[in-house]
Amino acid sequence: MSSKIKPLKYHEKLNFSPSLENTDSLSLKKEYQLFINGRFQKPLSNKYFASINPANENKIAMVAQANEKDVDLAVKAARNSYESHWSKTPPKERAKYIYRIARIIQEKAKELAILETLDGGKPIRESRDIDIPLAAAHFFYYAGWADKLDYAFPNRNPKPLGVVGQIIPWNFPLMMAAWKIAPALATGNTVVLKPAESTSLTALKLAEIIQEADLPDGVVNIITGPGSTGEMIVNHPDIDKIAFTGSTEVGKTIMRSISSTSKKSTMELGGKAANIIFEDAPLDQAVEGVINGIYFNQGHVCCAGSRLFVQESVYELILRKLKDRMQSLVVGDPLDKNTDIGAINSKQQLSTINNYIDIGKKEGADIFQLSCDLPAKGYWCPPTLFTNVSQSHRIAKEEIFGPVLAVQTFRTTEEVITKANNTPFGLSAGVWTDKGSKVFNLTSKLRAGVIWANTYNKFDPTSPFGGYKESGHGREGGLHGLSPYLNIE
Amino acid sequence: MSNRIKVLKTYKIFIDGKFPRTESGRYVKLVKNNIPIANVCLSSRKDLKNSVASARKIFDSWVSKSAYNRAQIMYRIAEMLESRKEQFIEELILQGYNKEKSIVELDKSIDRIIYFAGWSDKINQVFGSVNPVASSHYNFTVLEPTGVVGLISSEESPLLGLISLIIPAIVTGNTTVTIASEKYPLTSISLAEVISNSDVPGGVVNILTGSKSELIPHLAKHMDVNSIGFTEEKKDLRDQIYLDAVNNLKRLVEIPKSKIESEEIESPYIIKKFMEAKTTWHPIEKDFTSSNSY
Repeated sequence: MSSKIKPLKYHEKLNFSPSLENTDSLSLKKEYQLFINGRFQKPLSNKYFASINPANENKIAMVAQANEKDVDLAVKAARNSYESHWSKTPPKERAKYIYRIARIIQEKAKELAILETLDGGKPIRESRDIDIPLAAAHFFYYAGWADKLDYAFPNRNPKPLGVVGQIIPWNFPLMMAAWKIAPALATGNTVVLKPAESTSLTALKLAEIIQEADLPDGVVNIITGPGSTGEMIVNHPDIDKIAFTGSTEVGKTIMRSISSTSKKSTMELGGKAANIIFEDAPLDQAVEGVINGIYFNQGHVCCAGSRLFVQESVYELILRKLKDRMQSLVVGDPLDKNTDIGAINSKQQLSTINNYIDIGKKEGADIFQLSCDLPAKGYWCPPTLFTNVSQSHRIAKEEIFGPVLAVQTFRTTEEVITKANNTPFGLSAGVWTDKGSKVFNLTSKLRAGVIWANTYNKFDPTSPFGGYKESGHGREGGLHGLSPYLNIE
Repeated sequence: MSNRIKVLKTYKIFIDGKFPRTESGRYVKLVKNNIPIANVCLSSRKDLKNSVASARKIFDSWVSKSAYNRAQIMYRIAEMLESRKEQFIEELILQGYNKEKSIVELDKSIDRIIYFAGWSDKINQVFGSVNPVASSHYNFTVLEPTGVVGLISSEESPLLGLISLIIPAIVTGNTTVTIASEKYPLTSISLAEVISNSDVPGGVVNILTGSKSELIPHLAKHMDVNSIGFTEEKKDLRDQIYLDAVNNLKRLVEIPKSKIESEEIESPYIIKKFMEAKTTWHPIEKDFTSSNSY
């Protein structure tokens, strides 16, 4: 009977007709200025840099590069607005401004999604369904906290810190801006935010939205530039707090820079998350979760499940399923709605990833890559996995920040807990098992700030996010995301 | 009887539940009013490393104890201290501490232990949360201890300074290594004896006497210490702690001296500083056959 049915060949490529997102709704300027004190201003540096579409290497727009004087103007604007009105604005009114921002993001969701994809290379499916909706949701959630802080910290009389410097990465540009700005405003702080050099455009669109929302001048200042501009924010004497998301290495540099000051900080840094599959797991769902865990957003995710641990008894089966599933991933034009894996964010990041792939091979691990045609221009890396990996391999220890998975095996629960925790990082982890008691044993013993059990890479504004150990300190999201922006002593 | 030769106490250090001498064999003579009182161990970097190793080793077991059990153990420390009150007062006076102040110091310390003991099984009820995420997931946040915590005792407040750091750290499952006050080192070792008699597993509390300026950099740089709690230090030393702590991104808990003496420190917020928030997600099955669509 079964011989009559043509078996589905999961390992074979599926061919889709292109389904390109229409970019007509997007209007772009040729040149973007700094957003300081409610106005777009030319940089005193007179310098601009190009923002590149990583999928075709075309220039999208020129972006202003802030120098020390520009940073100083932005900090002064933030200080002035903090002292003169924002700290005196009734919390209820503060909330209404933040709600407005959330609403306008929702209205402009489509053009924001397209721009995010053009500027950063991520699939339109992800920017449309994840980045932009979550950015709006974040503003909506924190808006509601503005006039309820006394309930979050009873008897503590919570007070804002003042002027907050915020430096964000290129992997979720608008969403990270929302994660930073929304709680800062809700708690009554003013902001100087610097997006990453390679992905400034949606933050500048957000500046336009903030203008449209009529937020008082200087409450949010958005200035663009390379890492050196970020350094100027960190070292500005009138900044009360630094909120940073990025690599552990840069996080440490910032912490050293502020070590002799009274500046407060939150650090959301790197990770090398363990994703653990037990033999009793729902295996197909687990494979889906592993794929999502490491290949979501080209692996440019601090909480990516980059270390896979499979229980020995199901190792061969899982590996076959993983490879089959990888073959069905669509790599290509990020604007195509069928695309699963978009472009690597920058040339520099592509060379970092390729360097790690070489290291993996040299250290003796076995490589498997999706065989597919990659576009001639742009920065691309096919989904990659390594087997025959040991704990001491660099691809199993260091954050690659790309679509590269290191697979290891284990026999006992105790063994996998030890292996999973054997890292200086502690941002996230994943566990796959059908046994409830095992879920709770693992989730309580894994030393990480976010644990996904039978799921992975889920985010929500109500859910606190942040790491243990060298993955940083402080939390973003939820009730726990408020205190890093408040004085509650 | 009055001519009886007194048996003098040898003050050693407290590592892994035992009272060894410093491996370095060094000591310093503690003198008050030109009278030598005791020989105090000058602990070394090796002693510090041993202490951290012992704190790390016991961490999994200490954190796995029930919160109820840890609360009782904290309460036991208070009981033991109460019964040895006179000894502590006498020892404080011997080290040059004022008598009235000594009595207050003891009373406050004992009461403070009991205050913090009660938080053991309550902190997660007040500071944990169930988070109403928009997707079909059950999502909750609990606080967990940070891990191995280094503590630097204040020079003043000989007993209260120790209690106000050690108890809030260990009550939730952290394990600790404390560098004692140079001025009042004897009290820290007597406290170690109390702790050693209170069912606190060996290694949960380690106490070292010695030179602060020598030991603090080793503590601040140690790659297996997760957090450091300390009271006001001189600006250059404070800055050095902040700088060295960056090596492995230790959490730093700096407590103003005035808070130690006042009751202001008696809040869950100090306990929280030695904790991490962990958020767990799990899918909720969707029952598509149900007519309820909530």
